[in-house]
Amino acid sequence: MHIVVCVKQVPDTKIIKINPKTNTLDRRSAPAILNPYDAHAVQEAVKIKELTGGSISVLSMGPPQATAVIKKSIEIGADRGYLITDRAFAGADTLATSYALSKALERINKDHPVDMIICGKHAIDGDTGQVGPGIARRMDIPPVTNVIEVTEVNQKEKTVLLKRKLTNGYELIQSELPCLLTVEKEINEIEYSPMPNMIEAARYEPIIWAVSDLENVDRAQLGLKGSPTIVGKMFTPPRPEGGKKLEGSADEQVSQIMEVLMEKKDLFTLQPSK
Amino acid sequence: MSEKFDVIVVGAGPAGTSCAYTCAKSGLNVLLIERGEYPGAKNVMGGVLYRKQMEELIPEFWKEAPLERPVIEQRFWMMDKESVVSFGYKGLEWAVEPYNNFTVLRAQFDQWFAGKAVEAGALLINETVVTECIVENGKVIGVRTDRPNGEVYADVVVLADGVNSLLSKQLGFHKEFRPDEVALTVMEVINLPKEKINDRFNLEDNQGCTIEIFGDSTKGNLGTAFLYTNKESLNIGVGTTLSSMINAKMKPYELLDYLKNHPMVKPLISGGESAEYLAHLIPEGGYRSVPKVAGNGVIVIGDAAQLVNAIHREGSNMAMHSGLLAAESIIEAKHRGDYSEASLNLYREKLYDSFIIKDLEKYKDAAHTFEKYPQYFKEYVPMMNKAMSKFFTVDGTPKRDKQKQIMKSVTSERGTLRVIQDIYRAWKAVK
Repeated sequence: MHIVVCVKQVPDTKIIKINPKTNTLDRRSAPAILNPYDAHAVQEAVKIKELTGGSISVLSMGPPQATAVIKKSIEIGADRGYLITDRAFAGADTLATSYALSKALERINKDHPVDMIICGKHAIDGDTGQVGPGIARRMDIPPVTNVIEVTEVNQKEKTVLLKRKLTNGYELIQSELPCLLTVEKEINEIEYSPMPNMIEAARYEPIIWAVSDLENVDRAQLGLKGSPTIVGKMFTPPRPEGGKKLEGSADEQVSQIMEVLMEKKDLFTLQPSK
Repeated sequence: MSEKFDVIVVGAGPAGTSCAYTCAKSGLNVLLIERGEYPGAKNVMGGVLYRKQMEELIPEFWKEAPLERPVIEQRFWMMDKESVVSFGYKGLEWAVEPYNNFTVLRAQFDQWFAGKAVEAGALLINETVVTECIVENGKVIGVRTDRPNGEVYADVVVLADGVNSLLSKQLGFHKEFRPDEVALTVMEVINLPKEKINDRFNLEDNQGCTIEIFGDSTKGNLGTAFLYTNKESLNIGVGTTLSSMINAKMKPYELLDYLKNHPMVKPLISGGESAEYLAHLIPEGGYRSVPKVAGNGVIVIGDAAQLVNAIHREGSNMAMHSGLLAAESIIEAKHRGDYSEASLNLYREKLYDSFIIKDLEKYKDAAHTFEKYPQYFKEYVPMMNKAMSKFFTVDGTPKRDKQKQIMKSVTSERGTLRVIQDIYRAWKAVK
């Protein structure tokens, strides 16, 4: 079983500041971290590997310092990591990114045939969730999004049973392998990495590829050139109003909150799924 | 079997990083373990980095290290409630290479410095707490961390785990430090535009100023406050010995608030935005508090060995130099293939032969004197302020009469004999 996890280095949006004049992220204000959903993706790969054996590769696209997220993935338990980095990739939107990553995946697949690709649900800086499915489409394998449990991996039949999160419940899906999963945070808890992993990661030198290391690349589909997305406007959403403070004894407050909840009960009823 | 290194260094502050860097550069296999998210994440100092000891490690470091401003002016304030007696020195020879010292932000500087150790070949592991030394037959043979499979082994373990050094305490090298052996310092980083800093402190872009403040800044207790200029922020902080704080029932954040609202300080920081709030213990026990610094397979450096000169606010430089001396001793021990206490005691010899212990020895009674006799901070600082005010107020009194009046008010407030005693005692403490 060879699992490839796609990871991204993102600014920590919990602390990042937004330049009030330009409405862009002030990237200097926040440290760069491994996208939290991707950390769960790596952790899930580690869990699967414990059952099935095999190996885990991670793949990232970004500037040279993005090797930090590959090292972080090694800490969690990945075996090797690839970074594709090149001026030609700069300015890529989700379309160009999924193209570049799929080209790298093709090369990885040639050296070590890939059985499964795992991505985080989305990156916390862009929140689009498009790169994972984009890769699946380009590689012509089934995408399964919002996975909250890998229920069963059948290596013999080359199938996998997955639980997907829906707005009103969950869905069990059987997919053939290879396939691509995007995972939610609740799929696992990130484990405290063992010391040998930490030492391995500190020592690890990621494999670095430029465009010229990839085959059959149409350069017009890379980077800014390959990105049809146009950002029309950026704005900071207004802060929500302060809300209402309930006063009185505990009983009075409870009855007041019940009234409010009953008024808005439609919000809490399940909508039938399509 | 877990891996074995030549050296494990616990703590990536100035001491630990200096030791790891020097060992790695000479080809030793070094593991540097840091508990913070990155080196510097948990490290605190007022903010002055001295050139000399840093330069010994990395020549011309100022060309690449993330520094704030070279310090070209050092001011000292004896502050009363509504006045200040100030003296200081400003010199442009400090504004050019090789400079004298610099203000730094530790979160950035320590990260860069640890990066140099990694470049030299040390392995750096963050977010990992060393819980204890592994001791076998009376010899330290490695460390246990809080991670699964967390044991790692080495010929020498270097403890650079900071002021409380739980690890050397576990080994019985020192007892729990008394409240009068440590200072509690709180500080804020206040963002302020570059132009405002330059105007308020009379500086050019690449020039910095430090102000050490005595007297009312600690409400007369043993301690100091400081105000340092960074590129686009100020470091302001105040600290007193823990015992003073306990005795005076002061809360550190109240003291900092008091300082920030002091009429002598407020105009300098007004309009700034608080960016960070930090607090830390500083080992200020000095010479008498220095613990055992070498044992079988183990060495203690930096704050963990209490190497701070509180009078001259030197600490990070001593930390770096102790790290360098430790590394030199380890390299020699490696040649001998002997990591026993007798062999590693070379480090102790080097340390006691260096400026570090010599300086601590010089001031071994200073803190004790100033804490035991609070009149220096509580009475003389206000007296100086009154005297200067009287002397410089032009009111028709002849200057000679003024001098007499001043001397008289000093001797009548404290008594002639006691003034002489106080002067002698202070001189003895710092001679």
